Amino acid sequence: MADAVIGKYKLGMLLFIASEATFFVFLIVAYLYFRGAHAGGAGPTAATSLDPLKAGMFTAALLASSATLWLAGRSLVHARHAMVRAWLLATLVLGGIFLVGQGREYQRLLAQHVTVGGNLFGATFFTLTGFHGLHVLLGLVMIAIVFAASATDSLAGPRSEAVEAVSLYWHFVDAVWLVIFAVVYLWIVVR
Amino acid sequence: MTMPKADTARGGALAWVASVDHKQIGILYLATTLFFLCVGGAEALLLRVQLARPGNTFLSPEVYNQIFTMHGTTMIFLVVVPLLIGLGTYLVPLMIGARDMAFPRLNALSYWLLLFGGLLLYFSFVAGGAPDAGWFSYAPLSETAYSTGPGIDYWALGLLVVGIGTVASGINFIVTVVTLRTPGLSMRRLPLFVWMTVVNAFLIIVALPALNASLVMLLIDRQLGAGFFAATAGGSPVLWQHYFWSFGHPEVYIMVLPAFGIVSEVIPVFSRQPIYGYGFVAASTVAIALLSFGVWAHHMFAVGLGHTWDIAFGATSMLIAIPTGVKIFNWIATMWGGSIRFTTAMLFAMAFLITFTMGGITGVSFAVVPVDWQLTDTYYVVAHMHYVLFGGTLFAVFAGAYYWFPKISGRMLSERLGRAHFWLTVIGFNATFFVQHLLGIAGMPRRVYTYPDLPYWGAMNLLSTVGAFILAFSVLVFGWNVIASWRTGELAGDNPWNAWTLEWATTSPPPPENFDVVPPVNSRRPLWDLAHPDDPDWAHAGGRDG
Repeated sequence: MADAVIGKYKLGMLLFIASEATFFVFLIVAYLYFRGAHAGGAGPTAATSLDPLKAGMFTAALLASSATLWLAGRSLVHARHAMVRAWLLATLVLGGIFLVGQGREYQRLLAQHVTVGGNLFGATFFTLTGFHGLHVLLGLVMIAIVFAASATDSLAGPRSEAVEAVSLYWHFVDAVWLVIFAVVYLWIVVR
Repeated sequence: MTMPKADTARGGALAWVASVDHKQIGILYLATTLFFLCVGGAEALLLRVQLARPGNTFLSPEVYNQIFTMHGTTMIFLVVVPLLIGLGTYLVPLMIGARDMAFPRLNALSYWLLLFGGLLLYFSFVAGGAPDAGWFSYAPLSETAYSTGPGIDYWALGLLVVGIGTVASGINFIVTVVTLRTPGLSMRRLPLFVWMTVVNAFLIIVALPALNASLVMLLIDRQLGAGFFAATAGGSPVLWQHYFWSFGHPEVYIMVLPAFGIVSEVIPVFSRQPIYGYGFVAASTVAIALLSFGVWAHHMFAVGLGHTWDIAFGATSMLIAIPTGVKIFNWIATMWGGSIRFTTAMLFAMAFLITFTMGGITGVSFAVVPVDWQLTDTYYVVAHMHYVLFGGTLFAVFAGAYYWFPKISGRMLSERLGRAHFWLTVIGFNATFFVQHLLGIAGMPRRVYTYPDLPYWGAMNLLSTVGAFILAFSVLVFGWNVIASWRTGELAGDNPWNAWTLEWATTSPPPPENFDVVPPVNSRRPLWDLAHPDDPDWAHAGGRDG
């Protein structure tokens, strides 16, 4: 194990994040490309169908969940295991709020006949936010596993590569959402 | 966390299915890709029979389209890429003195995703027709309006499954090499095959997601009625081309960098000299990898991107010839003045140098935009790509096969059959593909199921078909050599070639734990140092590589 400066799970996660980042770059570029190319096209657009305020609320929940996960990691370092569980649970709840918010948004859009097959706004919007939502779901599964490990006292600390790797992933998912939020929602408000 | 151990207690097939040992998984990779090589090769023979004479009716146009699509897709995604990954899976842990890959279970997952992705792709034949839009599935041909069957869907799904496994092995290679090297094995002492596998892994991690993103958009178009790439819905077929080739060109290097690594191991050992310019060979690999992200639109000169873009991408494409040329001259310099042993492995490595260079030169000719306009979508492209992928990568893989088979099996491949294999391959390969340059210049389009009886076209195509059958026969000879030598070949011993890297320090085949004791590493050639305590490499300041 010559001069290993980084744990293998953390390094593996960073590389996985690099590949996921590339994946999202292509989806985001597609959104931008069609937003620019067909600004005057017919049918629903971001401006006519999205509600940046509501989206801002579940965005805040996701941002807060990054903070609570960080606090869970800090609590583990200081061996406050009850707090670890509390912060992990808070993270799960906040992530869940994000997904529920996104689900309600989808419901509303579909009721207004904004669909994947409708026009390019629908296609690019649902593809981009849908794949992000799947990543949030995957992150919640990973955090739930960490929570289960903590609840059964198998998360010893003070350092845990599992917690660090899962945190990296979660912060990444959060960061991707910030880009999406800026490109999809804020762009309607700030012209 | 404990490392999962190879379960050697269970015998038979289950021991292979449940294996997380990199050597067993590596052998599974090699066997699977050899199988798909035969399938893809059989498809090539069907194409060549159809083209053997003008106006032939052996295959219908519809079937011909399916076969050439499956031939290309199979050879690229189920043969060349996983063949190189499989060799790396077997060799990289041994070459760095490690017990296994960093993530043995993930390693097994990568392999099984390859196998089942491949089977999913081939299931299309019985599910209503194989994909028929070529290996790059240009939109709008690949959209539902023009491809009504399920073939393209299986193509996209199969490649997604394979692609996810490929990304996982890329991650695994990098983490393995970063965290599991034996003490003393710094990055500047790493065997070049390992170097190139690592650079390759970075390419995989950044390039494959571009394909995966494109594939999911294509699937959303086809299954959910979106129009990303359908002009009728306001979408952009050109976007597909940009997306596909921003994966597709790095993919070209994913298919060749580890082959460079093989040649960089074989040539020094059989020239009895250290590699010339180790640092240049490693650094030029990094240069190629970086440049490969800036050249994708040279596949799109015929689209009409405008002169500025055409010239820019033509220039970046020509730049790639520089680091590649650096490598060629380093390999030649390694042989220069050496006492060359003309084993089959070395013969294939030397043939690689010649045919790969020819493929590289025709590649540079495409960077000249007007030449590309004249020759794009002709057999000149087919000839170029096969000189690089068969005359390049597969020749190198055959060199590696003769070189490492003794380590994998414990027995030598027959040199007598090896020589027959070598000469049949060289003759068959050049007979098949050299005339295709001329056919392309004469204007014969690729991907068309037949051609008119123009002067010499029939004769040249017949020569190409005869060559293809010689090539197929050469692969049979190789297969026979592998099977026969595995059972009755001459015993190899630990280090039959007097090679210098760590994989030769253990038994052939290696035990489940790979090494009893990993020898000390004080230079790039630890086994040379071990055999020559009076004149070790590390005693030469700055190394011996000139």
